[in-house]
Amino acid sequence: MRSSGFSFIAPLLVLMVFAFNLPILYMLGLAFWSKGQGFTLEHYEGLVEAPVYLRVLGNTMRIALIATLANVIIGYPLAHWMRGLQNRARLIAIALVVLPFWVSILVRTYAWIVVLGNGGLVNRALMWLGLTDAPVSFLYNELGVTIGMANVLLPFLVLPLFAAMIRIDDRLMQAAASLGAPPRTIFWKVYFPLTLPALAAGTLLVFILCLGFYVTPAILGGGRVPMISNLLDTLINQIPRWEQASAISTILLIVTLLIFAAYRRLDRKASA
Amino acid sequence: MSDIRLEGVTKRYGPVAAADDVDLSVAQGEFVTILGPSGSGKTTLLSLIAGLNRPTAGRIFIGGRDVTEATAQERNIGLVFQSYALFPHMTVLENVLFPLGVRKIGGAAARSQALEALKLVRLDGLEGRRPSQLSGGQQQRVALARAIVFKPDILLLDEPLGALDRKLREELQVELKQLQRTLGVTTLLVTHDQEEALSLSDRIMVLNHGKTQQVAAPAEAYLKPANRFVAEFLGIANFVGLDGGRTGLVRPERVRLGPGGVNGGRPARVIEAIYLGQMVRYHLAIEGSEGAPIVAAVPFVGRAWQAGESVAVSWDAADIWPVT
Repeated sequence: MRSSGFSFIAPLLVLMVFAFNLPILYMLGLAFWSKGQGFTLEHYEGLVEAPVYLRVLGNTMRIALIATLANVIIGYPLAHWMRGLQNRARLIAIALVVLPFWVSILVRTYAWIVVLGNGGLVNRALMWLGLTDAPVSFLYNELGVTIGMANVLLPFLVLPLFAAMIRIDDRLMQAAASLGAPPRTIFWKVYFPLTLPALAAGTLLVFILCLGFYVTPAILGGGRVPMISNLLDTLINQIPRWEQASAISTILLIVTLLIFAAYRRLDRKASA
Repeated sequence: MSDIRLEGVTKRYGPVAAADDVDLSVAQGEFVTILGPSGSGKTTLLSLIAGLNRPTAGRIFIGGRDVTEATAQERNIGLVFQSYALFPHMTVLENVLFPLGVRKIGGAAARSQALEALKLVRLDGLEGRRPSQLSGGQQQRVALARAIVFKPDILLLDEPLGALDRKLREELQVELKQLQRTLGVTTLLVTHDQEEALSLSDRIMVLNHGKTQQVAAPAEAYLKPANRFVAEFLGIANFVGLDGGRTGLVRPERVRLGPGGVNGGRPARVIEAIYLGQMVRYHLAIEGSEGAPIVAAVPFVGRAWQAGESVAVSWDAADIWPVT
């Protein structure tokens, strides 16, 4: 039985290894290779010597962090609100959250240009309300990139969070109330801890996706907000310096793995 | 410790009344069971008393205080759910400490109080476990400990043993009764299990379609039911015709069997003989009668009648209770 099962998945396995895993290994190996010299660390030395690389890395981390926080601040109440809806309204709310998945990320990002531009919806509304005299520049800066990323990645946080929230038995909250707990205590001592694993997983997912995000920063940043993936694009398509790009990719991968390891440790501690 | 009083308590969901003008008085320290089939409104009634729901009309008093508009937090009630509703992210001890923490009781005092409660439900030594590591019966004990640790005015139990298997249920019934007596706490239990109601309570309130059918001591409700519904819901009911077209109830234990052809009994035929250990239950067709078979429960001594045998069936006039 076992061998016949293996023979079924073997073609897929071969495809995965040759089309996916080996190119990645080759890519990572490139960073340690120099023509004629063999093994070398010179590409990493190059990264450390040119502060622009580290600055871009820090910049990326900061933007990813802000976009993730914005996601949590919007996503948690949204998922909680959806949990309290009646069946039909809840279905509509889920559809509205999932809908962006069906629209091309390019279309969504360009839509933000229409909304946030100098003559866009937001600025016209702000000026009409008299909150500002001159248009606020939302585009081609970090603010625009953050707004765009937060929007695009929101479903990745809301859906797992909502799934966890809907599994929480209402009777737990009723029990807490009958035991004398005021609503604030019920939320912080019972409800929130039960959503915490999903919140952590969703936050981590969004943060990791933010780190490697390309399309939205490229369009809404207009080339003025350098993030890692845009830097990689430059290094691969324009300069081209593949070894340098490979070194940066390696560092990005390590950072991501470290964050993931930290999360796993927290998670295990929480459930132990 | 307090008494409970319901005055005309009504809860409507649209045109349906889940509780319809219910009056009930539970004395301090008394154990009263609300018994009814599913959909009779018994759980609704409990949630109204617990404060998880507001009545459409009527008043609720606990310890003489009108709590009709009070929230669940303000009522100081110990509530146990059928589903246990233990906090899965807390240990057993943390679960039991929860109501104390809410009441700003902490430190060693809280800890010893919680351990005391766990000892009362015979769970000492398991305080470090998580609910998921316990059996159903143990989880229910934790829920009980959590509900009594803060010395509530009253204890409300919603089908507390419903999810357990029969043997465990019977064990816990005994423990529950002892615990209630030790604490002397006014207790209201909701169940659809008539045996549980009969064995645990000082008094039973039978509920159907949101309306009170009868409030009485177990033996009285069983032998002198207020109406046909109570008669049939509490155990097996034989209905026999009386003079003047009235109907009388005879319980199976009050039916006597003798050998066929003996004077003083109605001739009948055994349809089915079911051996139950201490008792044998017979389904009997009275000759010349079109009605439902008579059920008799007779202690098993020596020999049992076989299906198809002819017997004589009789009962005392004093064992007949007229029902409407």
